[in-house]
Amino acid sequence: MTLQNRFEDNVILTTVDAAINYCRASSLWPMTFGLACCAIEMMATGMARYDLARFGAEVFRPSPRQSDLMIVAGTVSLKMATRLKTLYDQMPEPRYVMSLGSCANRGGPYYLYGYHVLKGVDRIVPVDVYVPGCPPIPEALLDGLMKLQARIREEGRHFRRLAKVGGETQEGPKGA
Amino acid sequence: MVTPREIHDRLKAQFPDDVGDFVEEPVEFFSEVKPAAVGRVCAFLKEDPELSFNYLVSISSVDLTANLAAVYHLESMDLESGRTRHAFVMRAQAPRDNPVIASVATVWGTAIWQEREVYDLMGITFEGHPDLKRILTDDDWVGHPLRKDYVFPKTYRGIDLE
Amino acid sequence: MSGIVDQVQRQKALKTDRMTINMGPQHPSTHGVLRLLVTTDGEIVDHVEPVIGYLHRCKEKIAENLPYYQFMPYTDRLDYLAGMNNNWAWAMAVEKLAGVKVPERAEYIRVMFGELNRIASHLVAVGTFGLDLGTFTPVLYCFHEREKILDLFEATCGARLTYNYYRIGGVAKDLPDGLVTKIREFLDPFEKRIDELNTLLSENHIFVRRTANVGVFPPALALDYGVTGPSLRASGVPHDLRRAAPYSIYDRFKFEVVVGRGEKGTVGDTWDRYDCRVREMSESVKIVRQCLDGLPDGEVRTKLPAVFKPPKGHVLFKAENPKGELGYYVVSDGSPKPSRVHIRGPSFCNLSIIPAVCRGVMLADLVAILGSIDIVLGEVDR
Repeated sequence: MTLQNRFEDNVILTTVDAAINYCRASSLWPMTFGLACCAIEMMATGMARYDLARFGAEVFRPSPRQSDLMIVAGTVSLKMATRLKTLYDQMPEPRYVMSLGSCANRGGPYYLYGYHVLKGVDRIVPVDVYVPGCPPIPEALLDGLMKLQARIREEGRHFRRLAKVGGETQEGPKGA
Repeated sequence: MVTPREIHDRLKAQFPDDVGDFVEEPVEFFSEVKPAAVGRVCAFLKEDPELSFNYLVSISSVDLTANLAAVYHLESMDLESGRTRHAFVMRAQAPRDNPVIASVATVWGTAIWQEREVYDLMGITFEGHPDLKRILTDDDWVGHPLRKDYVFPKTYRGIDLE
Repeated sequence: MSGIVDQVQRQKALKTDRMTINMGPQHPSTHGVLRLLVTTDGEIVDHVEPVIGYLHRCKEKIAENLPYYQFMPYTDRLDYLAGMNNNWAWAMAVEKLAGVKVPERAEYIRVMFGELNRIASHLVAVGTFGLDLGTFTPVLYCFHEREKILDLFEATCGARLTYNYYRIGGVAKDLPDGLVTKIREFLDPFEKRIDELNTLLSENHIFVRRTANVGVFPPALALDYGVTGPSLRASGVPHDLRRAAPYSIYDRFKFEVVVGRGEKGTVGDTWDRYDCRVREMSESVKIVRQCLDGLPDGEVRTKLPAVFKPPKGHVLFKAENPKGELGYYVVSDGSPKPSRVHIRGPSFCNLSIIPAVCRGVMLADLVAILGSIDIVLGEVDR
């Protein structure tokens, strides 16, 4: 039995996953988590010229409990690291982390002699997208955001597989 | 306009035991001051109507291997015209195994934070400071990073730093 | 009667207690990762203790481990809103130590970009200050103008924020073709934009009520805490290193040292600090114009040896940055690497006055005062 042509016009048939993913990807709410220089470029991305709103991610939330994307924009120092972990834990699922800039990726210019710099934010929280640059230009941030959105749209399979195995074999999505 | 040499001579006359040599290096001249006397010398520099050093530019710390030194850059500014009347540099050295220098936090407000920074990064203790604790690193940090013999930590709060 | 007695009884039973509020380190109005431990008595702030160090990036240790040339990119990241000025101060500190002469054309280019960066920095300061006080439109205008300045920088050195353009002994390379025209094209409409900003924000009734007579810095107290830059000038002290101790070629230019006038309230209040930045932008425009008019031809960089060893000695060099006096204390032992570099960050000193002036203000005013000081955490924590 097919559901096609059994409804009036203007009704689109889709799977629930695809619809949810579409909505989720199109309205990411980032947390205002400016740490260092990259935060200025993040601000510039939100302003008139680059206009993050075109991609549905302009609602910067000051509270981690209202946001689903943490853009780690800048150097994570050791003093900040434990606080960052706390903030990440406070975000509701599903949550995503974008590591913006060389410092957040790998310590950047502070890798060698930076005794107080965390060498990569992925040592404390799982990262979905890495954006290189010191600091990354706004276009790079937009590119990272679009990569993340593409990933979220693919997410249905991932969750279904996790549901099927019932947590017995924690299998990640292909290619992740 | 008073030259650093004249200021040094005045200090020498006022505190004959506490003020040491006047060192003339190519770019900058400075006076050596005994660490225990820094507080009262600075109070004099600020209170004296002719000198009136009302602006402490910075307290820098230097690791001289045997000693740890704090370098004070002082300026006297005319609040009406905004001009700098005269400037003065002084240095206090304290032995490395017991680096204690008298605090100037009660003389200039800016010293409260600057001395905390020196204490945090170089490990010089300022006697008489109202609230001497670490400022840039966290309270459980080990060591004073700007000393030349500082060993970089391998882990911190369970985070791998290699 | 019994009603009143009840009320009095209830008031006696009512417990009042001081409350400690934690602002930050992740808070939208702390301009980065600053934490304020605020003890409040109701709405009134009793005591503030700023907790800093969340962006401590070990700059001074790094400087000891790198040759003089290679520390230049790190200075960009001190006050990342004014990378050019930080580069410049570092270059001048080492030049003073080693006695290096800078070609004439390079000096003009340095002043020009320094002042353009000052405008860019003040635009962010003014815009985000408006944002802190709950007005969103000005920040859009400010960033729009700032993007135009960043375009000029990008055309010259290829970076938007961290330029690494100045070199010890000059600048990295000459201006690209047509940049002088582009700068002029930017300056002319920009002056009108400042007027627009004034009508939009400076004269805004709500904005004035939030800022006038709030957080007054008495001049003597400000200097005692080492406050410099526009925050000090707003208190009526016309101290500007470009005038008081002219470095580079600032003695050749005509400009006014902007001081607070107390137009809307008291001299040295939050509105004055904001206003000083707005008026300083016009002064910077004047200096850039004079630079463009007098720009000579010639070399832009003095040739220096690949292994650069300044003579033994030490120096504290201060330059007038958008935030205040940035000082580098450099100790050389004659080797290719500095023996010690201490950075006197203007934001660090400017921030230290907060505990002294914020007793007894409203909690909402604390945000206004903090925004008006215009701190950058990269420089506070270094």
